[in-house]
Amino acid sequence: MTATPDPNADTVWVEHEALIDRIPRWVAMLVLAAIVIAIWDLATARTGWVSPIILPSPAETLADLIFVGHNLLTGGYMLDALWTTTRTVFWAFLIAIVIGFSLGVLVGETKFGERAVMPYLVAIDTMPKVAFAPLFIAWLGFDIASKVALAAFIATFPIVVSTAAGLYAASENERMLFKAMGASRMQTLLRLKLPTGLPHVFTGLKIASVGVMAGAITGEFLGGGQGFGALIRQSASTLDTPRVFALILYLSLLGLALFFAVAWLQKRLVFWNKADRPGGVG
Amino acid sequence: MTMAEPRPLTAGPAAPASDYAGRPVYEIARLSKTYARNRLTALTDVSLTLHKGEFVSVVGSSGCGKSTLLKIMSGLLPPTTGRVVLEGRPVTGPRDDIGMMFQQATLLPWKTTVENIILPIEIRQGRAAARAAVPRAMDLLKLVGLGDFGHVYPGELSGGMAQRASICRMLISNPAVLLLDEPFSALDELTRDFMNMELQRICAEQQSTAFLVTHSLAEAVILSDRILVMKPRPGRIVEEIVIDLPRPRTLDMINTPRFGEIVAHIRDLLGKEAFQ
Repeated sequence: MTATPDPNADTVWVEHEALIDRIPRWVAMLVLAAIVIAIWDLATARTGWVSPIILPSPAETLADLIFVGHNLLTGGYMLDALWTTTRTVFWAFLIAIVIGFSLGVLVGETKFGERAVMPYLVAIDTMPKVAFAPLFIAWLGFDIASKVALAAFIATFPIVVSTAAGLYAASENERMLFKAMGASRMQTLLRLKLPTGLPHVFTGLKIASVGVMAGAITGEFLGGGQGFGALIRQSASTLDTPRVFALILYLSLLGLALFFAVAWLQKRLVFWNKADRPGGVG
Repeated sequence: MTMAEPRPLTAGPAAPASDYAGRPVYEIARLSKTYARNRLTALTDVSLTLHKGEFVSVVGSSGCGKSTLLKIMSGLLPPTTGRVVLEGRPVTGPRDDIGMMFQQATLLPWKTTVENIILPIEIRQGRAAARAAVPRAMDLLKLVGLGDFGHVYPGELSGGMAQRASICRMLISNPAVLLLDEPFSALDELTRDFMNMELQRICAEQQSTAFLVTHSLAEAVILSDRILVMKPRPGRIVEEIVIDLPRPRTLDMINTPRFGEIVAHIRDLLGKEAFQ
């Protein structure tokens, strides 16, 4: 039985935050990783519930990670494969940006683009774009070009849509301001609509950076060649599961690098879109 | 409601405006605007004259055509018939001697305050002319009390500061007339009162000819030399009220009987409309 509170005393409220919400981020991440690896280890190496062909043990995977890492660092054949995939991704992303941005401006700025071009783009976008892979191989061969084409094809659409949406982002007041200042259509596009739409464009670029990786690897799965995707497929076909896991992990580093490169550029170019600017005076 | 009216509040359209008025700057005669699409008559037979240094407001319920009138006066919208003449030249489109201010400050967030202020020069005359206008922009910033904020980005300005910067942007090209479209209605009431007093001071210093569209009767009365009352269907000016409160106006005047009388009179005019 608790004592009756003294009605004359000031009440002190103490806000308790649950223990799980007070863990620092890096501790939380480490703990989660440790739990997952422990269960993984238990299921594979300790008890043998899961066959090593389906899921290798953490130790086996680590050994292969070190092996692949060593091969990459010493300039082995895997580095050549990674370089091939990197080139594919680079060219595909560049092409997607140029075509996607141009089409986006056409669609977002002109009535013709909005009325005539956009419906076709939407129609193509709804198709499963991977299904075009055999066509690209037939047209461009088994070399890097067909993979570039597929990856660029997949990555173009998010850029078109986000660029077009970005051009609509300027408010009615801002358009009226530019009209009142006697700005030409080109001035309004370059000085108002494009800068206003830049955050949207970058959202599209981030989505495209993920899509371009998927497109490049899919192309290499289906069209062979020298890339990392082909390496993964070869390892999978010999049931070398630890190698597949190791290759995927290194491949994800390429994807991460691309994503963060875009994010870094966004931070530099769209500097005003932050809630508060550290340092105060610009 | 019966209210004693010691002095007549209204002056008919035919009566001369105010005695102290300067030369005519903006002249509008027999202006009408009909939207062809839905045959809506937005404005009919609107005539008004703005004199040098005069502050004129328009009040009216929504849909009375006051925004349409302002758009026509700014050259953003062509009228259907009538004369629209600023400084002896018909207004056929946007002009650099028309200064405009909107409800939102609409400063571009990627430009500093001073870059925003010289934007009209940059658009019309190019970057070199804009650079040459920087000292003048800094002077204007001092005029509105933002002297230290020229190189700050708009994200760091408060709502009132942003609107003061947009006053500077409006003044940078030395416009013959200032068209104000509910410029402070997005601000909180205290800031708004303060900004209205600032606007009065700036207009006096610059000897500006100003035309204000507003929803706030108190704001219109405290700022104006004359108030035009508009009514809808079709949009027209039904009454012109000369505000005889002495200048400079102060916020205390809001509490004077004369102020209350004028506001009550306008409210009465507009109120009748609402129940028809």
